[in-house]
Amino acid sequence: MRIELEKRPNISTLFSILSPFIALVLTIVVGAIMFVLLGKNPLNALYSFFVEPLLEVWSLHELAIKAAPLILIAVGLSVCYRSNNWNIGAEGQFIMGAIAGSILPVVFYEWHSPLVLPLMLLMGMLGGALFAGIPAFLKAHLNTNEILTSLMLVYVAQLFLDWLVRGPWRNPGGMNFPETRTFSAEAILPEMLSSGRAHWGFAFAIIAAILVWFMMRYTLKGFEITVLGQSERAGRFAGFSTRKMIWFSMMLSGACAGLAGISEVSGAIQQLRPVISPGYGFTAIIVAFLGRLNPLGIIAAGLVLALTYLGGEAAQLSIGVSEKVTRVFQGLLLFFVLSCDTLIHYRIRVIWSKLGGTTVEGGR
Amino acid sequence: MSIIEAILLTVITASTPLVLAAVGELVTERSGVLNLGVEGMMIMGAVCAFAATQLSGSPYLGILAGITSGAAFSLLFGFLTLTLVANQVATGLALTILGLGVSGMIGESFVGVSGIKLQPIGIPILSGVPYIGPLLFRQDIIFYLSIAIIVGVNWFLFKSRAGLRLRSVGDSHASAHALGINVIRTRYLAVMFGGACAGLAGAQLSLVYTPQWVENMSAGRGWIALALVVFASWRPWRLVAGGYLFGAVSISQLHAQAFGIGIPSQFLSALPYLATVVVLILISHNRRTTLINTPASLGKPFVPDR
Amino acid sequence: MKRLMFALAATVAIVGFSMPASAQEKAKICFVYVGSKTDGGWTQAHDIGRQELEKALADKIETQFLENVPEGPDAERAIERLARSGCGLIFTTSFGFMDATVKIAAKFPDVKFEHATGYKTAPNLATYNSRFYEGRYIQGQIAAKISQKGVAGYIASFPIPEVVMGINSFLIGARTVNPEFKLKVVWANTWFDPGKEADAAKALIDQGVDILTQHTDTTAPMQVAAERGIKAFGQASDMIKAGPETQLTAIVDTWGSYYIKRTQAFIDGKWETTSSWDGLKDGILTMAPYTNMPDDVKAMAEETQKKIESGELKPFTGPLKKQDGSEWLAAGASSDDGTLLGMNFYVEGVDDKLPQ
Repeated sequence: MRIELEKRPNISTLFSILSPFIALVLTIVVGAIMFVLLGKNPLNALYSFFVEPLLEVWSLHELAIKAAPLILIAVGLSVCYRSNNWNIGAEGQFIMGAIAGSILPVVFYEWHSPLVLPLMLLMGMLGGALFAGIPAFLKAHLNTNEILTSLMLVYVAQLFLDWLVRGPWRNPGGMNFPETRTFSAEAILPEMLSSGRAHWGFAFAIIAAILVWFMMRYTLKGFEITVLGQSERAGRFAGFSTRKMIWFSMMLSGACAGLAGISEVSGAIQQLRPVISPGYGFTAIIVAFLGRLNPLGIIAAGLVLALTYLGGEAAQLSIGVSEKVTRVFQGLLLFFVLSCDTLIHYRIRVIWSKLGGTTVEGGR
Repeated sequence: MSIIEAILLTVITASTPLVLAAVGELVTERSGVLNLGVEGMMIMGAVCAFAATQLSGSPYLGILAGITSGAAFSLLFGFLTLTLVANQVATGLALTILGLGVSGMIGESFVGVSGIKLQPIGIPILSGVPYIGPLLFRQDIIFYLSIAIIVGVNWFLFKSRAGLRLRSVGDSHASAHALGINVIRTRYLAVMFGGACAGLAGAQLSLVYTPQWVENMSAGRGWIALALVVFASWRPWRLVAGGYLFGAVSISQLHAQAFGIGIPSQFLSALPYLATVVVLILISHNRRTTLINTPASLGKPFVPDR
Repeated sequence: MKRLMFALAATVAIVGFSMPASAQEKAKICFVYVGSKTDGGWTQAHDIGRQELEKALADKIETQFLENVPEGPDAERAIERLARSGCGLIFTTSFGFMDATVKIAAKFPDVKFEHATGYKTAPNLATYNSRFYEGRYIQGQIAAKISQKGVAGYIASFPIPEVVMGINSFLIGARTVNPEFKLKVVWANTWFDPGKEADAAKALIDQGVDILTQHTDTTAPMQVAAERGIKAFGQASDMIKAGPETQLTAIVDTWGSYYIKRTQAFIDGKWETTSSWDGLKDGILTMAPYTNMPDDVKAMAEETQKKIESGELKPFTGPLKKQDGSEWLAAGASSDDGTLLGMNFYVEGVDDKLPQ
């Protein structure tokens, strides 16, 4: 028996829409089996995971808080990945953006003015963009693989933050614990609605997604990104510069990550600490793929992933599963989405013998 | 034993898992597949090796369990990226997440249990050589395996027919396919070899390095192994140099602290990563040599056309 | 007939009046963990405390917990979730949960909160801490007696006051036995990474220490010490299994008695906010049995422990100088808790520099 792929002449629009749902269904089925093996009622478990977090307003706010940085970073990454620049260092750019944006409230904490917050956000974007500029420069001019440089720089950023909050930026009134001053009121990103904690970071994420979607779909720049990503030669014939695209895409994703960083620090944490991200930069890579590198899809994917985090917590309380189950779920979801995506581009044929074959689905 | 020898021994233990995971990934990448799931395969190898050792009492069975679990786990990756032609970067990441989660679940009952350590085996005569004798010839079997694998891979890739076929698949899968080479099967084997090596590296962690099981005990070594492959320009002996350099810098910073050198420890901790970036720059800036060594089809999906 | 009805009514009434006691809702006591409950270290010790609590007050309470909660906004959400799900008393077991706990405590004034190792309180928020340094003092004394080279290796995690207190207390204790005792400190920059801890242990031993102590959580250093044949101290839990002939003693976090005490107060309606910093005498930490040492050393250790428990001996008592030579405590004077809680300086004799 052999499985063979047959490239479809056209992308199947049916499966473009259907595939994430098939993936979700498969994840739920396998997840249910897993719960049964663990000795838990699968229906209760799935309810806790996927439905419970959607039932209360405060929980919806928490969903937005959790999804915001993921969506914002993933939107930036989608531009990078579409143009074939593999930025894996968004986590580092998140951190450096947070640091850059925190310069005002930490070092110049005596300056009170309505300008503080907008400046902080701008500096955050700048910090992230510049940090992403390092792997961009290394790739564009020194031909160094950006996957590895951006990845190594993540560790550098983390250690730099650690040094800052333990040393020069440590709060003098904080009992010598590693954290900076808490931000004063005008440096805090306010909440959007009074019914919960969701801050404007979520709005930034949605706005960014819409802007990037518009850019990709309707502008020349978007066309440039797509062409260069699919065929460098074709792009060059059209007059597009790969080198400039490296800079553009990397710095754009760096800016998005940096904005996410300062939003998180200013809106949710309100100071700098040795650890300000539970791996957003890496989770965002998954969100980008789950959303199939389409900003609107990324919004949905970010919310779904945030749902699994919240659901995992709810499940810990209501049915007593261990927290590791959350990660297994996420891994499964990603696996199934990736597998089902194949159906969009290819038709699967199962060949039983040397003579004939059966097309598994599609068959037109 | 002088302090230099003591430090070298520590470096060997620290570097072996890096070299092992990296050489497996090197073969995988030489066939044109980029598997970012090394961390996931490594941690699965660590937990399965530990569990098997605890349940059977024999660390050698543990080694076997580590190897097979790594290979089996990589099969998942292979199926998705080679048969279903899914995106390799995303699949690799998914493998890592799944690996961390599943290993945590398997390992829950083994936390706090003291492991059985793999005892060193002395090679007669050679281990009596002054200085390098005890260093190189009185080690555990995984270290010997790592050296054997490096020698074997080097010979395989550059001196054997099969290795030539594998490299051709990595350089141009379309041409290789036209020549009648089964691209998909070659890649499957390369991916599984990579998984087996990563699993063996994981086994080293839980059987030699620190005989115990702790969640996430691979602590990012899989990612470092990925960097080492590029660092080595996909050549096995350079990989050994890179792996041992990284290990040496990591250990030296601890010694510097113990000695009382007053540089902030975060800077010392960052040194290995900065060093990797610097070396990466140095070796890549000559465009020609990089291109010669990089498998040109790396990361590109292959579907044989009808 | 009437008599029967009366008897029935009386029975129902009696039964009815005695019902409330058994139909009473069990109080929900909840915990937030920063790590995994099977981490073999900090979090597992808290979970063991929770299990002891459950056993002790089984008929009056039920417990729940959330594990592997990252510090930051995730912590806020986790604590709020517990508050909303009916928890009456919530213990947040990591310093990093401090601001999150403060915020949620303000939101839910009817729920009681207790934050471990923090310093911010509120009418419904108490803090609790353990005088780990008392154990370090005893360890220091034992080390000075056992060590032949007069140098101990200290695997430290992060330079926060709690860790600095431990280092200082260890050296002070050691120097009461050997005034020339030295300490080598290596910062692992992790609470929990067996490979790194093992490497740090090897580095220290290769540099000549013959006794090892740690403020990191895995048994890796103990295993290395066992291999190399030197003695070591365990941390957060009894690590004797990792080093049957190696461990001298360990500081074991025993939170159970504290949890039972506070929960009982809560059930009785007598819970009040406090800033407690309990020590050996309150049982919030215990020393693992003194083993692998000569009887006279054991006797000394037990004697010191008794003195600390009775209050006769306080580890941070002068005359003590700071690392830069300046006077800190005059002869007989003891340090106040505030200085200790924010400790960011070394005492004289520590061979290391703290980030300022």
